[in-house]
Order: sequence, then structure tokens, then C-alpha cells
Amino acid sequence: MSIKFEELEVGQAIGSLEFLLTRDSLVRYAGASGDFNPIHYRDDIAAAVGLPGVLAHGMLTMGAAVQVAVNWVGDSGRIADYQVRFTKPVVVDPIEGAVLTVAGKIGAIDGESRTVRVDLAATFNETAVLGKAQAVVRF
Amino acid sequence: MRQTRPVVNPNVQGKQYPATAPYLVGREKIREFAHAVKSVSPVNLDLFAAQAAGYTDLVAPPTFAVVIQERSLATVLADPDAAIDFSRVVHGDQRFTYVRPIVAGDELTSVLTVASVKSLGAHSMVTFETKIFDIDQQLVCTAFSTLVVRGDE
Repeated sequence: MSIKFEELEVGQAIGSLEFLLTRDSLVRYAGASGDFNPIHYRDDIAAAVGLPGVLAHGMLTMGAAVQVAVNWVGDSGRIADYQVRFTKPVVVDPIEGAVLTVAGKIGAIDGESRTVRVDLAATFNETAVLGKAQAVVRF
Repeated sequence: MRQTRPVVNPNVQGKQYPATAPYLVGREKIREFAHAVKSVSPVNLDLFAAQAAGYTDLVAPPTFAVVIQERSLATVLADPDAAIDFSRVVHGDQRFTYVRPIVAGDELTSVLTVASVKSLGAHSMVTFETKIFDIDQQLVCTAFSTLVVRGDE
């Protein structure tokens, strides 16, 4: 691969992605993951439990966000550890969908274990939706 | 006066649930999941790319282990002893620690332990630790999940 571990620096940007999450994306994720909680596809149920609208699965946001690190390293099998906190919901409009923006930078480098911690910033409507989103990449 | 019973039985802390039946990771399931999380990673989608990178088969995306974790969680949510009301559950945080990536052909079982139950006012925070093993009983991944169970406001 072209990335040279020795040349990496903390704070370095590694890339960003923009995802359009539509209701179609949520139905697709529900089927692929087996998470059929109706708050992810039914407006009436989302409203009945007091939500501002149909929400994206937190795990969809988590799964999409890590793609920034995956694309950078080129091999998803080198993600050794990945964690997030779900801090804000992503409300998915039935017509417009929701635009999720994810940017990654190097948060830490461990020369001994040859791993890099990538810190991911995921935002929707200019609000952070994930906290402590960190992926550890093996080199 | 409102009843103040805990929304999660605190006595389930430390409880371990029996291993789930083996889950066979299918190649097309990996592709389906990869598309759903918007992956374009060749090792998730293209068998030749995965093999060229040294894997025996397609590699599952980093969050795929949630599918296995979910099978253990379903057991807990169905456990009257834990008394967790699924309609009040919000996902608080999630973590996956991999020993090795999951690949197509893996047969995985999971063993879930209730790591902690904490009260936060009317709410409860429950942390689960799910260990995922392959057919040789080798640890593949540990998944940590915290659910917030909303109590009466």
C-alpha cells in the first residue's frame, strides 16, 4: 500500500465523505442488519414515541462513518477496533433524506503496536451526531 | 405517587447468557451489509480483491459483528429476569474489538455477559459484553454495547 506508517502525523486529515441517507437507505439497512425497529421506517410510530421523525439506525451512521477510515487504508480487515457514542439522532426526511458528513483525522500513532487511531467527526445539520468515534487501524 | 421500580433488574449484572446457535457468515450477506453501510471497499465486495489481500473469502465490514451481537441481545430482551422494555431502549454507545476480521464462511457463536447495570435518575444504563467465537472456539471479536432504557420522566 502507498501509505507510509513512518510518515504519518497526528492531526493529519485522512479524507472525508458525504452520505445521502434516504428512507431507502434505512429500509436497506434494516434488511441487511435485521434491525426492524419501526422507528426507522414508520412516521406514525416515530411520532407516537415522541421522536422528531423517522431516525437513521445509529448503527447505520456508525457503519457509514468508518468508511472514511476504510477507504484511507484500503482494507476494512485492518480496522482492529472501532467505537462510537450516539450523541444526537439523524432525522431522515421522507423526501429530502439526510446528509451525513464524515471527516477523519489521525488522533494518535502507536509505534510499538504499529497502529493508528483515526478520529471521525460525523455531522448532520451542522451538529455532531457521534461522540468519541475512533477507529484503530493496523499497519 | 409514581412507582419508582428500576427499569432494568439490577440483579442481572454479571449474568451470562448461553452461547447462541452458530451463525454461518454468507458471502452475499456480507455484500448486502456492505452495500447497506455504503462500503465501496473491494475486500467487502470482490472475492478476487479479498483473496489478493490475503483473506480466504470476502471480509465483513467493521460493524458487521452487530448482526451476531443482536442474536445474543434478543435472548436478553426476551429474558423476563432482565425485564428490559425494548420500546424504551436507546442505543448509547457501541464498540467492536477485533482479534481478526470476520470473513465469509465463518461459523460464529456469541456469549453475552451483562457487564453493568447503572441507574441514571429514572433511566437505566446497561452495558453488554458479547464475545464472538469461531468454530474452533477462538475469539474473533468482542462487542460492547450500552443501551439506555428510559424510565418514566
